[in-house]
Amino acid sequence: MKTKVALTGNEAVAQAMKQINPDVVAAYPITPQTEIVQIFSSFVANGEVDTEFIAVESEHSAMSAAVGASAAGTRAMTATSSQGLAYMFEVVYIAASLRLPIVFPVVNRALSGPINIHCDHSDAMGLRDSGVIQLFSENAQEAYDNMIQAVRIAEHPDVRLPVMVNMDGFITSHAMDVLEVIDDETVRNFVGTYVPEDYLLNAENPISMGNFDMYDFYFEHKRQQVEAMKAAKEVIKEIGKEFGRISGREYGLVESYKLDDADVAVVVLNSAAGTAKGVADELRAKGIKAGVLKPRVYRPFPHEEIREALKGIKAVAVMDRAETFSTCGGPMFADIRNALYDLKNDIKVVNYVYGLGGRDLRLEHVEQVFEELENIRKTGRVDETVKYLGLRE
Amino acid sequence: MATLKELSKVQERFVGGHRLCAGCGHGISVRMILNAVEDANVVVGCATGCLEVASTIYPYTAWNCSFIHNAFENAGATISGVEAAYRALKKRGRIDRDFKIIAFGGDGGTYDIGLQSLSGAMERGHNIVYVCLNNEAYMNTGIQRSSATPVGADTTTSPAGKVIPGKQQPRKDLTAIMAAHNIPYAAQTAIHSWQDVHKKAKKAVEVEGPAFINVLSPCPRGWRYNTEDIVEITRLAVETRFWPLFEVENGKWKLNYKPKKYVPVEEFLKPQGRFRHLFKPGNEHVIKAIQEEIDRRWLALLERCGETPELPPR
Ligand SMILES: Cc1ncc(C[n+]2csc(CCOP(=O)(O)OP(=O)(O)O)c2C)c(N)n1
Ligand code: SF4
Repeated sequence: MKTKVALTGNEAVAQAMKQINPDVVAAYPITPQTEIVQIFSSFVANGEVDTEFIAVESEHSAMSAAVGASAAGTRAMTATSSQGLAYMFEVVYIAASLRLPIVFPVVNRALSGPINIHCDHSDAMGLRDSGVIQLFSENAQEAYDNMIQAVRIAEHPDVRLPVMVNMDGFITSHAMDVLEVIDDETVRNFVGTYVPEDYLLNAENPISMGNFDMYDFYFEHKRQQVEAMKAAKEVIKEIGKEFGRISGREYGLVESYKLDDADVAVVVLNSAAGTAKGVADELRAKGIKAGVLKPRVYRPFPHEEIREALKGIKAVAVMDRAETFSTCGGPMFADIRNALYDLKNDIKVVNYVYGLGGRDLRLEHVEQVFEELENIRKTGRVDETVKYLGLRE
Repeated sequence: MATLKELSKVQERFVGGHRLCAGCGHGISVRMILNAVEDANVVVGCATGCLEVASTIYPYTAWNCSFIHNAFENAGATISGVEAAYRALKKRGRIDRDFKIIAFGGDGGTYDIGLQSLSGAMERGHNIVYVCLNNEAYMNTGIQRSSATPVGADTTTSPAGKVIPGKQQPRKDLTAIMAAHNIPYAAQTAIHSWQDVHKKAKKAVEVEGPAFINVLSPCPRGWRYNTEDIVEITRLAVETRFWPLFEVENGKWKLNYKPKKYVPVEEFLKPQGRFRHLFKPGNEHVIKAIQEEIDRRWLALLERCGETPELPPR
């Protein structure tokens, strides 16, 4: 049974967590994630879940306790944003290397400094090489759907990795949205009970976790993490299909919007994809063949799918909501350009950094991007590879 | 209390094959403490440091029980997660066996970088035992000072130089800080007395809620004494009142050992290379200051324990 409800993104994520009813949740407040922790603790207080909730004294401890709980054999979760994710940094790598299926929503927010509470993706991008799976969500519906799928993806025997579910701070987390929620029983059946293979609280088979690796094993262990990431691609697709059967909403690694016959396209994550789709619709009405590619999964990076989706396009703009300070644009730009290199189709790929620290992405900004892409397509000339949208310069 | 003979029959959970230095206090401490859980199941958490690095070199392990190492500063939080998981699985009927949940951290991982995580765990009231293996410096990275390092000690980041004679600041009183969390059990012990260690470890594992044990666990490398003298050095630490033995049970302070006579701190300092420079002319004032600090803290401790605040007879 499905029900249409009006929820904010934070409420939608908390709702998913309630339906999953994890064994252990350890969390610490930070804007704009705070509500998830608050709402979830009220579920605990009212007996709507029987989760062990640990109100830790910091995010570092939130992830550390999640590691302890997950290693002990339970389904464990935490949630954070920005500085909180940065503070978890060290332990996220450890969670991934211990192959612990911890699921944690990240409500994307700019990193200090200067301190800023609004949306960008610098927090998530800072952890992109940590070995966690990163899902991105366009709106509250996707955040809810991703949370439920994340549990299955994380715990899949071929994967066993932490999964980070991203959504945009305030834009998605605090704005009311209409979405469809699935009934409790269907969610419960979909996620099932976690059956760990090796875990600390197994009296019959004690185990040492977090051992010291020398140069004789560390490299091999890292390679195994890569294999798990590779396997995750198929698993994410399978679970996306299976989820489609219970919800009517199927998910893959990327979402292609009007790309089949497109000449120009933007690639963009999270909520801005909605804005870009709207603009593409308007331009289509004017006869411009515009399309949008929205990666849903950023780690593992869906090289093949992206190559396939963009192979016929003449000019592509990658829109990054984070900087790398490489002086050559944002993080996704590097990944997308890399993915397209082997096509040798001479696709022009340019970068737009936008929305840092919560700066609005306006419709006219996306229109400007498509306009400039049209120019590139017509002239075959790129003047500037990296541009900044909506910035006073 | 169990006899040594009986204890020798308890299942060993920390076994041979580890690579701690010969005569390291950590192996002795861990065995003594884990002896107290007798035949219960155990999960051990461990902070980064000598114990962890020496006991879990992949693909081997010296742990004959479940063991988890996460990072340097988060043994408190990690073990909180394990304990919460234990409660969750019990509640949901997914396990039926009983477990004791114990964490070990060095003084670096406990007094300094791990203090926040430990304090959080204590405040939240998890049913855990946290043991600080206190060798008074960061030994694993090569003998750097910690906030448990005593005044005057020569370490690689508080070196005894021409103008500064070793560590300048008195050590933090972590056991008192832990007791101030109003946990049911906090204690200070030392490995020269297996009875004292055993009694306290037993109380700690049996108490409901968080327990903390600070065990003086000498390091022959960092302290620079003869390896075989570990028991004697530890005994001197207690006889000189440099390391008093006490416990705080439900807020009630109790002194566990009162030296019969006044033994000057020099007797503890002299056999150790880390204090050698203090015995050179010009550094008498440091030893004097150490002694004064010991006497002052001793009187305060006696008062807390409801005893007459007096120094032992000379
Ligand atoms: C965040 C972080 N900082 C520094 C280190 C390096 N480090 C590893 S062990 C250690 C010192 C351990 O000292 P202590 O806790 O006293 O234990 P011991 O080795 O003396 O038993 C340090 C500084 C680390 N692993 N992690
Ligand atoms: S350096 Fe010290 S603490 Fe470390 S193993 Fe050797 S004796 Fe033990």
